[in-house]
Amino acid sequence: MAVTNIVLAGLGGQGVVKASDLLSTTAFNAGCEVKKSEVHGMSQRGGSVTSDVRFGDKVLSPMVPMGEADFLLVFESSQVDINRGWLKPGGVLITPDAIPEGALRNRKSLNVAILGALSVMLDFEEDQWIRSIHTCLAEKLHAVNEQAFALGREVGQQLGRVKETEGV
Amino acid sequence: MASTERLLLSGNEAVALAALHAGVTLGTGYPGTPSTEILEAFDHMGGPAQWAPNEKVALEVALGVSFAGARSLTTMKHVGVNVAADPLFTAAYIDMTGGLVLVSADDPGMASSQNEQDNRHYARAAIVPMLEPADAQQAYDFTLAAFELSERWKVPVILRMTTRICHAKTEVHPGPERPSSIQPGYERDIPGRVMIPAYARPAHHKVRAKMEEIAQWNEQSDLNQIHPGDRSLGIITSGVAVMHAREAAPEATILALGLTWPLPMKRIKEFVESVDRCVVIEEGDHLLYEALKVAGLDVEGKPEMYRFSELNVPRVRRILAGDTTPEAKPPRGKPPELCKGCSHREVFEALSRMDCIVAGDIGCYTLGVLPPFEAMDTCVCMGAAIGVGLGLRHVLPEDQARRVVSVIGDSTFVHSGLTGIAEMVYNPPPTGHVVLIVDNSTTAMTGRQEHPGTGRSLNHEPANKMDFGAVCRAMGVKNVEVVDPQKPGEDFEGRLRAMLEKDELSVMIAERPCILAAPLIRKFEKAQEEKQAQCSAAMTD
Repeated sequence: MAVTNIVLAGLGGQGVVKASDLLSTTAFNAGCEVKKSEVHGMSQRGGSVTSDVRFGDKVLSPMVPMGEADFLLVFESSQVDINRGWLKPGGVLITPDAIPEGALRNRKSLNVAILGALSVMLDFEEDQWIRSIHTCLAEKLHAVNEQAFALGREVGQQLGRVKETEGV
Repeated sequence: MASTERLLLSGNEAVALAALHAGVTLGTGYPGTPSTEILEAFDHMGGPAQWAPNEKVALEVALGVSFAGARSLTTMKHVGVNVAADPLFTAAYIDMTGGLVLVSADDPGMASSQNEQDNRHYARAAIVPMLEPADAQQAYDFTLAAFELSERWKVPVILRMTTRICHAKTEVHPGPERPSSIQPGYERDIPGRVMIPAYARPAHHKVRAKMEEIAQWNEQSDLNQIHPGDRSLGIITSGVAVMHAREAAPEATILALGLTWPLPMKRIKEFVESVDRCVVIEEGDHLLYEALKVAGLDVEGKPEMYRFSELNVPRVRRILAGDTTPEAKPPRGKPPELCKGCSHREVFEALSRMDCIVAGDIGCYTLGVLPPFEAMDTCVCMGAAIGVGLGLRHVLPEDQARRVVSVIGDSTFVHSGLTGIAEMVYNPPPTGHVVLIVDNSTTAMTGRQEHPGTGRSLNHEPANKMDFGAVCRAMGVKNVEVVDPQKPGEDFEGRLRAMLEKDELSVMIAERPCILAAPLIRKFEKAQEEKQAQCSAAMTD
């Protein structure tokens, strides 16, 4: 399996690091070699945060090279343009605009909804994702995040259909 | 020997797990990004861990543990080693008894630091062996190896990590526990541990001889690895740069150094001679390149432009291609800011309105330098607010001197502010001075750790609490006031103005818990109250 490169970007407090934990845990439990890195510190104060997740048979550097991301997940609209350079040509960009925010039971679970949209484009089973939600989040947050994840999957399936139509 | 257990751990967590498996008796350090999570994880795993007031004290405590025959781990960020440098340089002369490992977490690219220093220099300068892991597995393996090296040669060992090792999660296969065979207990060794010149002179010779022996051992050590490949290109590298190099040049033959000081020069020489072209790929300064050139080896270094910031795969490709064309500028993200509702906002708004000259310090409140406040004039290192403020006061014309305020956070005050107060009391400027302790009851910048002023220990259990006001008064500060900067009735600005008008020494403690920490603090306090209630109920039963 070739290395899949995913960059997650947003602002401090949006759950960028938590989302990358969920993603890397899912890939790890599925048997992939995973490397995940992020820079935090000052970013805890509402500044920009990005996290890189790479998985496959063999992963070396923990950082996604600029212009080589297969997927770019952006959690805050203002961060889309500054992060666009990570995507490789033909890579998939998922932004918060794709998620009908009003349908989220809790605005804070936007990060998990975006992961839901991503999940339909990756080869991991749905219940592996749900297991990651259970291991990485506190119990009281399980239901709300499962709802967000399911919503994201619906969005992702629609995105996928749009892509297929465009491809015709 | 690797087990079948498969974990996804950050480098910091891997060090903590290894410390546990090495039977570390005490973990001590000062929080600093990217090192902070090591001791927190160690505590979480059941290891004994505590925050020291600063890195110097942490290393001194660790030395005591070693002298008592037990293993100790001390953690800090790169600039923290500067604070600990005083004991470190002499510690090298002393025979360690229990293994002592100092973790230096460097921050190339300065994600959250005031400088970009390369702490590999410390290994050479302090005469201490250094190990540099390339991922979390090596962070685990090298921590265990570091304790064994430390005890075998009776030396302190530095484990040098960087942000992309500390905060990168990679696969770890932990091995069996490898505790020390040494039993704790005191054995007197006056010439070995009392570094008066008469004992230190032979100790210097001894430590140089030890390093010779370790260098010999390193020639065969499996801490260094060769990744075989095409002989037309050879790369010598260490740390996370090993991974970047392997990815950037999969065809190359690579010497990945793990024990990077003292260097295995014979092995390096053989490697250089075995390849057509040999490039040194190192993050930060040109240390390794210079050491190899001095040894007369035919190696290429990197162009000066790659000294700055982190390396990554594209940059390594450029170095190998000799490409010095300007690099694409990385996207400029949104800078961090003081949280909405943070009480530092009121403080910096007032300082800005009053046109104060602010000698600042290291912490969340350093963000007071950014718009809309722009109310910080200097920031050098932890504790410098007070010394720098005093220097300004000594020489500025009176109208300007009276506008100087030293602003320092609570954790920073304990770390390095106390000696500044001593200086202020001892050498007061003619206009007096005003120190503003912005006390938010936590070490907010690094993720809300406890410190001696919070009244709770690393694991948030109750501890003795240092009273800043009482300490300042006892040290000889005439005016000490405590104020809540968010309560209008307390007139923070008016009281600060009054202090600035006096020719006296004043300390104002602006006290208001960090908005992010406040719910946690309430939780810890509530748990404590419940515990006390249970105890007293049990006593009356």
